[in-house]
Formats: sequence, structure tokens, C-alpha cells
Amino acid sequence: MLLLSASPILECRDITFERDYMPVFAGLSFALQPGEVLQVSGANGAGKTTLLRLLATSLTPSSGRILWRGDDLGRRRAEYRFDMIYLGHQTGVKGALTARENLSWLLPLHPNAERTIDRALAMAGLGGLEDVACHTLSAGQQRRVALARLHLSAATLWILDEPFTAIDRSGVAGLEALIQGHARRGGVVVVTTHQRLGLDGVRLLELEPYGHG
Amino acid sequence: MATAELATGRGVRALFARDLTLAFRHRGEMANPLIFFVMVATLVPLGITPESSQLARLAPGMIWVMALLATLLSAETLFLADYRDGTLEQLVLSPQPLWLLVLTKVVVHWLVTGLPLTLLSPLLGIMLSLPEAGYWPMMASLALGTAALSMIGAIGAALTVAIPRGGLLLSLIVMPLYMPVLIFGASAVQQAVDGMAATGALAILGALLAFSCLISPFATAGALRVSLHG
Repeated sequence: MLLLSASPILECRDITFERDYMPVFAGLSFALQPGEVLQVSGANGAGKTTLLRLLATSLTPSSGRILWRGDDLGRRRAEYRFDMIYLGHQTGVKGALTARENLSWLLPLHPNAERTIDRALAMAGLGGLEDVACHTLSAGQQRRVALARLHLSAATLWILDEPFTAIDRSGVAGLEALIQGHARRGGVVVVTTHQRLGLDGVRLLELEPYGHG
Repeated sequence: MATAELATGRGVRALFARDLTLAFRHRGEMANPLIFFVMVATLVPLGITPESSQLARLAPGMIWVMALLATLLSAETLFLADYRDGTLEQLVLSPQPLWLLVLTKVVVHWLVTGLPLTLLSPLLGIMLSLPEAGYWPMMASLALGTAALSMIGAIGAALTVAIPRGGLLLSLIVMPLYMPVLIFGASAVQQAVDGMAATGALAILGALLAFSCLISPFATAGALRVSLHG
């Protein structure tokens, strides 16, 4: 098919989400092509996290459709979850476990993992800290443990909720490079952050116009 | 899809190992229900009567009530930590079937609460002067019964995980479901002490366990999805 190359990989059509009968946002539509990075912005409470959780299939929209590779998300859920990685506010990093242990139980959730855990931790800037219990690490280092998953994963879609929280300047640069590299390989990234991303060709989605707040 | 099945097997094993490691690292929390179990058993002879003939009459029921309360105490913690730190959302969003991951967590929960309770129960039997005939039926009924209690408790824990101070609600939800287990568990021990065969009550306990194994993983998985939709 000729159209295939131009068809979006992830598409939201007119989605509305209501919480307690109050719309958080309404009539939201966008489409992402392979290789695109979408930065979702908006004031606190505008529904950034809600949108990301909708995309992660944690929530379902009140109306409208989300399409993955041209198909309804609900119908391709299992396949979608193999191909998606969601990092929320809470990182799921356990203080009682070491960095390596924290990643190793997540590893089978990414069956297409390409790299070993130690290499991923080294790339996340945690070389030498693999066997240290995570409660002794700083907030930024714990965030890096969670972000090391991105180095392991072969997922196409990355959904990142405030991934830059608590990370130092070199970590921010590293993560930006990681996102850029993922987009160059044809991956798709949806990210919320309040800071300006130092990347080329980031698409911005401003949630305010869709809100009813 | 063979790769998906392989990944599921690995996922379950990894989660199993992780939960056991975590339980081991939090030994204090794990010991809580056990300490409660032993403490009450110490207090009963002091508070009621130290006379062994009277204690022996109370023992089957007392041991079972204590085991039930100890299990109830620990049920709340089943998903709470994972809910608070975001692990639960990762589990729900993982490509593996959620009921299987839930089943894994419940099995680990039983291994670190129900199984130690069972292994500790002969000690309580001695403290409460349980007649000799009651020991094996007591251990068998506790092994089967606490597993069923863990399964049932998981449903309540999943329903109340997102509710602040959901502990009381959890007790109200699961208590009625715990009753049959308590009745048949205690009666298995009582029948053995009375010189009858305990096999009937044990068979019913086994049936309760089989039934809860069949229902609980799916009910718990559904309840977790609902809880996370907040």
C-alpha cells in the first residue's frame, strides 16, 4: 500500500476524558508518525498525566478513539503493551532492592530486551552502583534506575511522565540524546515536562485549549 | 505465540523471586503476624485458665481464630507498597496476563505468612495443651486454610488498595468470606481431638481452596484494574 508509509503509528481521534462527570479535556485529536517526539504541556491539573495514562491504557477515554498502527487500541492491547513503555511519576523503584534487582524483575516485561542490565545501568550513569540498595541512592539516582529501563527496552512507543524530575544537568542531556536517538530509529516518544527540550523537531501539544477547568 | 509464553514464564519467575527477596529484606514486617500469633497464645493461658483440660477444649478454636486474624493483619500489605510506588501500575500494564502475576504474588504471600504460621502451630498446640491426636489435622487444616485465606484476602486487598485507611473496609469485606474456612478448619481439629476422622472437614477445606484459587486471581485482577482507574 502506498499510503502505509504516511499512516500515523499512534492517533487520538476526538478523545474526551471525564472524571466524576467533569471533563478533564474534550475533543483532543492528534496523530504521530514514526520518529516523532510529542511534548505535552499545560498548567498543573491540565490533564497531562491523565492523557499519558490514557495512552498507556491505564485509563480508557470517556469518548473518542485511540488508534495504534491504524487499529483500535482495545483490540490490539496485548501486542501494544509489548511495544510500549510507560514511566509514570512513581517509578516503582524499591528501596530495599539493589539497582540490578530493581531492573531484573522488569526485564521479562520487555522480552525483546537488547542489552544486559549492567550495560543499561552504566549507560544511565550508574556504573559501580549496581549492587547498592536503592534507598541509599539519591532521588536523582533512583530516577536514573527507572530510566535505565529505556536502555533495555526495544519498545516503539515511550510514554514518559516528567522524566527529568530530580535529574542533574548531565542526566538531562543524556536523556535528551536518548529520546533523540530513539526518534531517529523510528520510535515515538510522548513526554511531559515543564522544561524546554533541547531537541530538533519536537511537536508541542498544549492542553489548555481542550480543558474545561 | 511461543515468545509470549516464554516471556510470561520468565515474568512470573522474576516476580516470584522479587517478592520473596523483598519479603526477606523486610523481615520485621513479615514477622508481625507470627509474633501476634505467638503472643495471643501466650496470653490465653494467663487470661483464661492455665488448667490443661480446659485449655485443651479451647485449643482447636483458639488456634484457628488466631491464625485467621494473623492472616487478616497481613492481607492489607499485599498490594499496598506496590500501589504506592507505582509498581502495581507497571504490573497492570505489562503484557503478561494480570491474573497470573496476581496468583504469583498471592503464592508468595502465603509462603511468607500462612506457611510459617502452619509450621509454628505445633508450638502453640503445646502452649494450649492440644491433645496429641489434633496435631496433624491442625497442621493440614492450617496449610490448606491459610492458603484459601490468602486467596480470599487478595480480593479484598485489591478492592481497598486505593482507599486511604482501607484496612477496616478490607476486614468487613473479607470477614464473611473467611467464615467457612474458620468453621471447617476448627472442626477438622476438633473432630480429630474427639477421636473422629478429620478427613471430611479437610476435604471441604481443600475444596474451598480449589474454589478460591479458581475465582480469586481473576476477581483480584479485575479489582486491581478498578482500583487503578481512580
